[in-house]
Amino acid sequence: MPTTELPTAPPKKMNRIGLEPAVYRGGKTTLCAGCGHNAISERLIEAFYELGVQPYQVAKLSGIGCSSKSPAYFLSTAHGFNAVHGRMPSVATGAVLANRTLIAVGVSGDGDTASIGIGQFVHLMRRNLPVVYIIEDNGCYGLTKGQFSATADLGSKLKNGVVNDLPPVDTCALAIQLGATFVGRSFSGDKKQLLALLEAAIGHNGTAMLDVISPCVTFNDHEGSTKSYAYVKDHESALEDLTFVPFFEDISVEYDPGTTQEVTLHDGSRLLLKKLTVDYDATNKMEALRAIEESHSKEEVLTGLFYVETGRSNFVELLNVVDEPLATLPESRVRPPREALERVMEDLR
Amino acid sequence: MATTHVAVGEAERVPSTVRAVNDLSIQVATVNGSGSQSANLVLLRAIFQMGIPVSGKNLFPSNIAGLPTWFTIRASRDGYIARRKEIDFLVAMNPETAAEDVRGLGAGAAVLYDEKLNLNRLRDDLIFYPVPFDALVTPLCPEAKLRKLVRNMIYDGVVARLLGVEMAEIEKAVRKQFKKKVKAADLNWKAVEAGYEFADQKLQKTDRFYLQRMDRTQGKILIEGNAAAALGCMFAGVTVVSWYPITPSSSLCENLISYMKRFRMDPETGKATFAIVQAEDEMAALGMVLGAGWAGARAMTSTSGPGISLMAEFAGFGYYTEIPAVIFDIQRVGPSTGLPTRTMQGDILSAAFLSHGDTKHPMLFPASVEECYSMAMEAFDLAEEYQTPVFVMSDLDLGMNHWMADPFTYPSKPLSRGKVLNDEDLERLGGFARYQDVDGDGVPYRTVPGTPHPAAAYFTRGSGHNERAQYTERPDDYVNNMDRLLRKFEGMRERLPAPVIEEKANADFGILAYGSSHWAIIETLDQLERERGLKAGYCRVRAFPFSQEVLEFIRRYPRVYVVEQNRDGQLYSLLRLETSPEDVVKLRSVRHYNGLPIDARSVTDSITSQEGKS
Repeated sequence: MPTTELPTAPPKKMNRIGLEPAVYRGGKTTLCAGCGHNAISERLIEAFYELGVQPYQVAKLSGIGCSSKSPAYFLSTAHGFNAVHGRMPSVATGAVLANRTLIAVGVSGDGDTASIGIGQFVHLMRRNLPVVYIIEDNGCYGLTKGQFSATADLGSKLKNGVVNDLPPVDTCALAIQLGATFVGRSFSGDKKQLLALLEAAIGHNGTAMLDVISPCVTFNDHEGSTKSYAYVKDHESALEDLTFVPFFEDISVEYDPGTTQEVTLHDGSRLLLKKLTVDYDATNKMEALRAIEESHSKEEVLTGLFYVETGRSNFVELLNVVDEPLATLPESRVRPPREALERVMEDLR
Repeated sequence: MATTHVAVGEAERVPSTVRAVNDLSIQVATVNGSGSQSANLVLLRAIFQMGIPVSGKNLFPSNIAGLPTWFTIRASRDGYIARRKEIDFLVAMNPETAAEDVRGLGAGAAVLYDEKLNLNRLRDDLIFYPVPFDALVTPLCPEAKLRKLVRNMIYDGVVARLLGVEMAEIEKAVRKQFKKKVKAADLNWKAVEAGYEFADQKLQKTDRFYLQRMDRTQGKILIEGNAAAALGCMFAGVTVVSWYPITPSSSLCENLISYMKRFRMDPETGKATFAIVQAEDEMAALGMVLGAGWAGARAMTSTSGPGISLMAEFAGFGYYTEIPAVIFDIQRVGPSTGLPTRTMQGDILSAAFLSHGDTKHPMLFPASVEECYSMAMEAFDLAEEYQTPVFVMSDLDLGMNHWMADPFTYPSKPLSRGKVLNDEDLERLGGFARYQDVDGDGVPYRTVPGTPHPAAAYFTRGSGHNERAQYTERPDDYVNNMDRLLRKFEGMRERLPAPVIEEKANADFGILAYGSSHWAIIETLDQLERERGLKAGYCRVRAFPFSQEVLEFIRRYPRVYVVEQNRDGQLYSLLRLETSPEDVVKLRSVRHYNGLPIDARSVTDSITSQEGKS
């Protein structure tokens, strides 16, 4: 546990870069009261505040749907981009390539990702773009009044009694298979786990994909739904107990190496994974896929960090892009000199 | 499926005994994948090096190997470089099309052919030159699998001897074609020599076509439009490129990749001052471009018709959220997959209004390789000045064929990056409203993500927004914003590249055209005057929305023929939307849409017929 002493009654609550929590807040939510998405926005606000990230360094991106409205509800002082349906990954890719110093947070939904946007999702995962990709997953299309989405479980029931008879897309299994380097699942109602996962995702170098079960209180929170608060609370099984230690906190944490795995992230932050039920290695792809598959057969909602791979080059590094933002390189660095044109012309004569 | 047929009712038939010097077209009919492109480019380049104005057009199938392909080379002492319909000299190498190719020729044309095809039995009004290609290639090329490729070089030698192409220029062109591959160059050069020797000893020249050195290409270059556009993008300082392969657009980004690797690596770090991504589809390509443009980069994509269709949703998004983007459309024949390797000006209407709702986009129409280069640079400036997607409407003929041009000039203006506020501006102003029309020109100010100021951020959304970029469904906010967007669009009319107008005193009518049709028009103007005594003023439109000058041109002439390469008269339709009721009745339409580049004869015939003079 942390051994640092708390400072004595500060006049105002501030984070390590001297900003107050209010700076990290967003506009007033227009989502339904009790919507899981609002809880996720709250955790994002906490995460960025606690990490002491400058809001102007953050780019918030989303697609279309209830989920994708939420970037308006956190970090008002960060640029936001509400794109077209299912196409947030490409916009995020362009933005990050234009300015590699941005911290990109993409918020999507289950329809936005697993149906209309599955193509872009797949290719984003392959590229290992440095981005935090959050799926606010409620198994239905809330904004169009509750139709099933592609993450709805087999046998799950709509309010009107219609039963889903198609198998779900497991976005986590897919992401792991495709090459994402940080993949986890959480629950909007699990404050501690979600916060730790978000903080670690922000510190990760590469694509961090989090599928967050986030119940739709209006259309998918009833008896018979597998994405309701009650169902998830009854069936949640966490892989690990997560502790996030940010890079700027010089604290020693005691743990038992036999039951706890430590992962050091790109920025020096650490993630401590205390195994709960099974012996689990989060750096093993096969184990991750097996655990996810098994959770389906046991009808469990398995949460936690499934897979992490540190040290792989992200997409920007792979493209060997200069360290400064491409967007603001001066003309002298992006327009070759007259001699360059003359050389090309000479070749064409 | 011959590509040649003599125009019905052609005005003048030249007597077949008159020597034609530096005024002929050669057509080479081969099989795709047989290496004929190298032989054809060598021939083209050699004629060019002799100082004779020349153009080459590759008519190829959507196939990698095995289907018929034609390459036409036109040499014109008068400098005409449009496609010519009539073929004077046929090189018939493809058994599949040979008979039809020969049947399509006019009397007096010459045919160089593979002896075993026995084409001389087909017609008695042509001149035939049989060549035993198999017998000639075998001693040259012990490796059987190379013979198919080397074989084609032999006809270069035969043509050189018969038409008078200087062998020294052919050798120079061969060396240039194979660059550092000395062995390949030697082998190919030997094949040319063998063809030349054969023709010298065994063939008696009886046709009337000759090539002679002149001095009209001094200092000029030969380049494809796509390579020219790629150069323009590089010198425009493009930093983010995303594209999806599609003919005939791919070579733009492929050329760009090689130029950028050569000239845009940071000398100190060895790192790239650019990012080029091959996207998963055209939707993603434009999505990346908009993401990058939003974040402040100069970003572009390049595509063709089917890609344009896929980009529709994002194009409207870019228009409404006001994000700079440059989109090259190298147009090909539609609808649908259409004729993917043939040319058309077919996307004018769809690009102008691409997407749903009230969406309009500026378009630039390059007519030459110089304009592919200069308009590429112009497009980036315009996109950032007006914060909107800009379409550069090239086509397959312009993009993929080699064109003669003066060397490109180095840009004289600095990059124009538009209205972007930095942290100091924000501090001074105390904030900003993203969609407010501060200057009365409809163009608002923007900030880019990462700007270190608490007032820098705003929220970009495709849903209704007010001046402060906040979500709104209020009728007055919506109207206010849409009216400002229209004001911005209207303001472009006199800022976009102006039309090029050639007035003619006592003209009978006017001609209006754009893009690659230009080269046929300048020849048509001469044909009309020489053959029919008809005089025409000419307006070459270079951008949409149209400049007032275009509408005034229409006002000045009793009739105006709008010439273009599509079935539906797409620019004609756009013009009709903007022309006054008195003037709209003056507009006539000339449409060429068989997939082949437009030729002057077809235009001249259509106009004389519509004038009641045929």
